[in-house]
Amino acid sequence: MSDPGSGSHPLAARMDRRLAIKWMLAASAGALLVDPLGLSAAAPGPAPGGYGKDPDLLKEHKPGDYWPLTFSEGARRDVAALCNLIIPMDDRSPSASSLGVHDFIDEWVSAPYPAQAKDRTIILEGLAWVDAQSRRRFGVAFSDASPEERLSLCGEMAPEAPAGSELERPSRFFRRFRNLTLAGFFSTPVGMKDLGYVGNVPLPRFEGPPADLVERLGLTGEVTW
Amino acid sequence: MFRGPDTLMAFVTPSTAAESYDVIVVGSGAAGGQAAYTLTMEGAKVLMVEAGRNYDPRTETPMFQTNNMAPLRAAATPDKPYGYYDATVGGGWDVPGEPYTNASDDESRQFMWYRARMLGGRTNHWARHALRNGPYDFKPKSRDGLGFDWPISYEDVAPYYDKVEMLIGVYGTNDGLENTPDSPEGCLLPPPKARIGELLARQRGRRIGVPVIPIRRAVLTRPLNHRSIPPKLHPGNPKAQRILAEDMQNRAACFWATSCGRGCAIRANYQSTTVHLPPALATGNLDILVGAMVREVPLDAVGRATGVVYIDKATGSEHRVGARVVVLAASACETVRLMLNSKSGRCPNGLGNSSGLVGKYIMDTVGAGWGGQIPLLEDLPLHNEDGAGGLHVYSPWWLYKEQLAGKLGFARGYHVEFGTGRGMPGANAPYVHDEGGRTRFGPGLKEDARRYYGSQIFFSGRGEMIPNEDSYCEIDPKAVDKWGVPVLRFHWKWSEHETRQAAHMQRTFADWVEAMGGVNRRKPEGDGGKVIEPGGKVIHEVGGTIMGAEASKSVTNSWSQTWDVRNVYVADGGVFASNADKNPTLTIMALAWRTADRILDEMRRGNV
Repeated sequence: MSDPGSGSHPLAARMDRRLAIKWMLAASAGALLVDPLGLSAAAPGPAPGGYGKDPDLLKEHKPGDYWPLTFSEGARRDVAALCNLIIPMDDRSPSASSLGVHDFIDEWVSAPYPAQAKDRTIILEGLAWVDAQSRRRFGVAFSDASPEERLSLCGEMAPEAPAGSELERPSRFFRRFRNLTLAGFFSTPVGMKDLGYVGNVPLPRFEGPPADLVERLGLTGEVTW
Repeated sequence: MFRGPDTLMAFVTPSTAAESYDVIVVGSGAAGGQAAYTLTMEGAKVLMVEAGRNYDPRTETPMFQTNNMAPLRAAATPDKPYGYYDATVGGGWDVPGEPYTNASDDESRQFMWYRARMLGGRTNHWARHALRNGPYDFKPKSRDGLGFDWPISYEDVAPYYDKVEMLIGVYGTNDGLENTPDSPEGCLLPPPKARIGELLARQRGRRIGVPVIPIRRAVLTRPLNHRSIPPKLHPGNPKAQRILAEDMQNRAACFWATSCGRGCAIRANYQSTTVHLPPALATGNLDILVGAMVREVPLDAVGRATGVVYIDKATGSEHRVGARVVVLAASACETVRLMLNSKSGRCPNGLGNSSGLVGKYIMDTVGAGWGGQIPLLEDLPLHNEDGAGGLHVYSPWWLYKEQLAGKLGFARGYHVEFGTGRGMPGANAPYVHDEGGRTRFGPGLKEDARRYYGSQIFFSGRGEMIPNEDSYCEIDPKAVDKWGVPVLRFHWKWSEHETRQAAHMQRTFADWVEAMGGVNRRKPEGDGGKVIEPGGKVIHEVGGTIMGAEASKSVTNSWSQTWDVRNVYVADGGVFASNADKNPTLTIMALAWRTADRILDEMRRGNV
């Protein structure tokens, strides 16, 4: 077993950045030969090493504490805008960005671990595509596009795209980004409450499920202890 | 009767440790903790040697931290394979500076080795599943002709299961099921009430013939009876009774929050560090040396072990300490490594290895999983399902008769663990339904997440593996750890008994999802080889120093004493001659207690 926290990572990071740029340029079809999000000049990939095998579990952690973050100000704005399209405010809870979900995504794609490094490639490529499309079609960064314009781009990425099609990678990106947004949102205290998680409090007794629920599901006979 | 230092004992360093002890226990987990507990409570002077750091669950456990306080919302990473808040320190599938190797490049022929480097070892994070082996499990060969019989039977171990259950506290019930032993009155604590998904699984499991009963877990659902239990565990030993009674009162009952895998600051579940070590330390008979990696058990001219040689990990320096008896409780494979690295003129192939069987017959538990979404469990009303920080119910193996009649195509059984409920959200996105593969987003996504929260069920089969000639470990001819000590090289192979069992698991779980009104989005895999977890993944490795009735066919005798060196005993799972579907920890503790009793007898008789 090799130690995934070291060795292969610097290379993997260079690879993913190179791929991201190549793919972004291809996606923008020569319309833009610049890198408005600064992804190519961005931090040199995820930092080697993570939090190690004996971190302080009692200390509250903030994104950026253990490894440097990736997003430029422009990328951060795009990510926040995308998060909010996925999870907007409603009558029960606020939007994703107001709970800092974009910072969680930054922390995630910057992390020096294999699963996150894989996501880093997907997310950075996807962001580059979204931004390039927005600039080509609407003449502005994704975060400055109108709500309708943003929605139309997301609508293109949402359907499952056939393998080999132009939208295959944007579609894969959007699914992964959506899932990170969901996880990031609902694992905050506000999100947990919204979802209906009411645990993590000491109780004198564990009462089991409410009696009317047990009855509604026809399970009264199963309660034998 | 016992000699050794008289001063009050506690944590020592290489310079403050005594020159010699009655017993050295290598390792501090379930086996080492239990051996040290029994020995010190009965008056022996013991040095416990642990390769990891000191660890105090009372001050180090993240009891109420939420996942947003952790990096990556506490996602599993190579640094913390069971998530940020898992109790494991210094370990996982990789231990820095302490590699191991696999002989094959083929992943299906490789073994994954999970280690911890902390006081209490893997007991700090384990699932607390405390199942007894049944009568069949000690005599499997007699029943179906495969593997090995143990030289002991259920009746030999049963009194020790009783004692361990009373000491550590285990919830569960007596259901009178085949090969699923009941416990005597007074051993078990009441089970927690089942969660709604567990009740539904129980009702619908009946339709496909699978029983669901309370699982047995080492969690206090009420305080232990500090008046009735100590006299039963330590008859005629008032000092031990007093110490235990006092300590039991310092363990709180579960307050129904915090997953047990984080450890428990209020000592409501079993960890060696919260249950075995505090009373053992209170006897004044226990010294603990942490950060010390035992490298060798040296022998004297007549072939008796003289103690251990260890490396002080802080300085890299080597030290020796003496003992009348050495108990190896380092975990099955680490004990194998230590024995094979203890070469001498008398034991050229490693200590206790005249049979050539040290390292042979490594077993893990067969694992395969399946998940489903259950519409009946959607839109549940708000309620707290944290419960006892783990499972409340499970399914013991139910097809003994069909299996014995040869109807299943695999020889041994499995039990089913399943998880339901509205757990604390973390790095995994809550389930939402992406109709037609279209990624759902925008208004309505939150409503989806709320609706489906708690409506999923995940089944895990946990089955018996039959020992085979292709699954073993040996010393790698080249690789060494950072101190230059040779490391283990693994060989692995599942037989068809295991892969067919894994396929049977998935079929059963898919049927179960349907019986619960759920829809399977794919078909179960027919080829079990594709769904079986890799060797070692379930972290139930046992064997390697198996016990037996003959010195030529086993490494230890029925007392876990090595055939070749009479003052060396193996207390960990290495002595298992089979690996029943039941999680091994309770049996490890029962055998360690029995072995410690034997050591005390032998010391009193002057035989060691």
